[in-house]
Amino acid sequence: MVALPYLWLLLFFVVPFVIVLKISFSDVALAIPPYKPLLEWVGKHSLAIKLNFDNYAFLFTDSLYLHAFANSIKVAFLSTLMCLLIGYPMAYGIARARPAVRNVLLLLVILPFWTSLLLRVYAWIGLLKANGVINNVLMSLGVIHEPLTMLYTPFAMYVGIVYSYLPFLILPLYANLEKMDWQLLEAAEDLGCRPWQAFYKITLPLSRNGILAGSMLVFIPAVGEFVIPALLGGPNALMIGRVLWDEFFSNRAWPVASAVAILLLLLLVPFMMWYQSVQARESAGAR
Amino acid sequence: MNYRSSFFILTCVGLGFAFLYIPILSMVVFSFNASKLVTVWDSANSPTLKWYYALLHNEEILDAAWISLKVAVINASGSVILGTLAGFGLARFSQFRGRFTLNAMTTAPLVMPEVITGLSLLLLFVALEELIGWPAGRGITTMTIAHMTFSMAYVTVIVNSRMASFDTALEEAAMDLGARPLKVFFVITLPIIFPAILSGWLLAFTLSWDDLVISSFTSGPGSSTLPMVVFSKVRLGVSPEINVLATITLAVVSTMIVGVSLWMARRDRLNAG
Repeated sequence: MVALPYLWLLLFFVVPFVIVLKISFSDVALAIPPYKPLLEWVGKHSLAIKLNFDNYAFLFTDSLYLHAFANSIKVAFLSTLMCLLIGYPMAYGIARARPAVRNVLLLLVILPFWTSLLLRVYAWIGLLKANGVINNVLMSLGVIHEPLTMLYTPFAMYVGIVYSYLPFLILPLYANLEKMDWQLLEAAEDLGCRPWQAFYKITLPLSRNGILAGSMLVFIPAVGEFVIPALLGGPNALMIGRVLWDEFFSNRAWPVASAVAILLLLLLVPFMMWYQSVQARESAGAR
Repeated sequence: MNYRSSFFILTCVGLGFAFLYIPILSMVVFSFNASKLVTVWDSANSPTLKWYYALLHNEEILDAAWISLKVAVINASGSVILGTLAGFGLARFSQFRGRFTLNAMTTAPLVMPEVITGLSLLLLFVALEELIGWPAGRGITTMTIAHMTFSMAYVTVIVNSRMASFDTALEEAAMDLGARPLKVFFVITLPIIFPAILSGWLLAFTLSWDDLVISSFTSGPGSSTLPMVVFSKVRLGVSPEINVLATITLAVVSTMIVGVSLWMARRDRLNAG
């Protein structure tokens, strides 16, 4: 019964990575498809494997790529942190609301998640651009006299990423906080704990798995994000997802794009395994 | 239990929701703006429906929407079948060979950056075409396969978590009364997990309908989806028609979500009472 989805994922999820790995070791060629085969018949009976590490060497010599990798990690990390600062109090507030209110608030968190990411990123262009809503409001209030440059800056990119990924952090965190036994907090207060201390000593450690799961759901995809830096970040927003896209679509350098993908994957696999173990612990705790 | 929250928490929740909804509402408001400048309100001629009219006569957008709709419906139906089988298997059989791999293969697509999934699937399609001649070129078929691969992971998670809260005694009772396993599945199991299957279908539809990156890698000439057309328009700047598209999307999605939640709440009440 599980054979069908199993084979499907094996063919369309695992095998493709093997092919990416293979192509990352091949030469660029002016052909369709634009790479050379790895295996070649040399003479009649000997098969030569040409493993070409040039693509990887290239990534490490041209500072653009390392810079893009470092910048992507930095952007994803800071965005995750900002999502946590905004999302934690929200998830906490929702989990402590009356059940009827809670359902409405949850629906309001889920709703943006169901409307197109592209359109929600687009909304920020209208808000942030020179004659956009924010500048118009600030100027009519007399707070500023010249429009602020916000669109096509790192600021816009952070706003876009935090905005788009916030529901991904709130939902697992809420699911975790909802299971909390709030009597523990009351007990702590009765014993003389101040609310902040009780939060720091009880709520925060107990919601550890929720924090980790939510953070992974933001961090991992954000490292490889393409749409948001492409639309809000301007030409200087160097993100690795965008570099991969340009190598592939603009330069038609499929082997280089494959090498970028493999390195990105190697970077993210530990986080993915961490996420899976957190999930396993969380569902084991639920039962 | 005490439902009072501190002033600090209430403020954070309020500001958080303002952050989530102001951009969305701004698109709705400006979709009725007459000015082509989009964000400069033309109070003399607004509100107007002229951009709604323009969108509904935009051939490029309508064609792309039709392609997106086809891909999304086939994708949702296919990934519901695959995802239900996988979710059912993972929840019901605690030990089988390849359980660990299946679990990993259904978790990884949830967090995998789309550029990686898109690139790897495209390279697979190219390699397959060289090797066995299928798929001949890229288009709706390759795009649908690609979408199903990541959508089914979401369906699996939803079905799996519904199965976790499932009372197996119901199935055992039916078996004791002489129902065959296949009958038990269709008469008992399927109706109980139906809400999960419905949510999975809707989610898979939405994921496909919204996807830009994986579609761009796996589509071919003449099969541009709605997000691909929107992306190329948005890259050139804001356009009043996109605000209209966003407003319509929002109206459809909120009606659907509120409708389904009300229906599920009613169903749960009926089952409980």
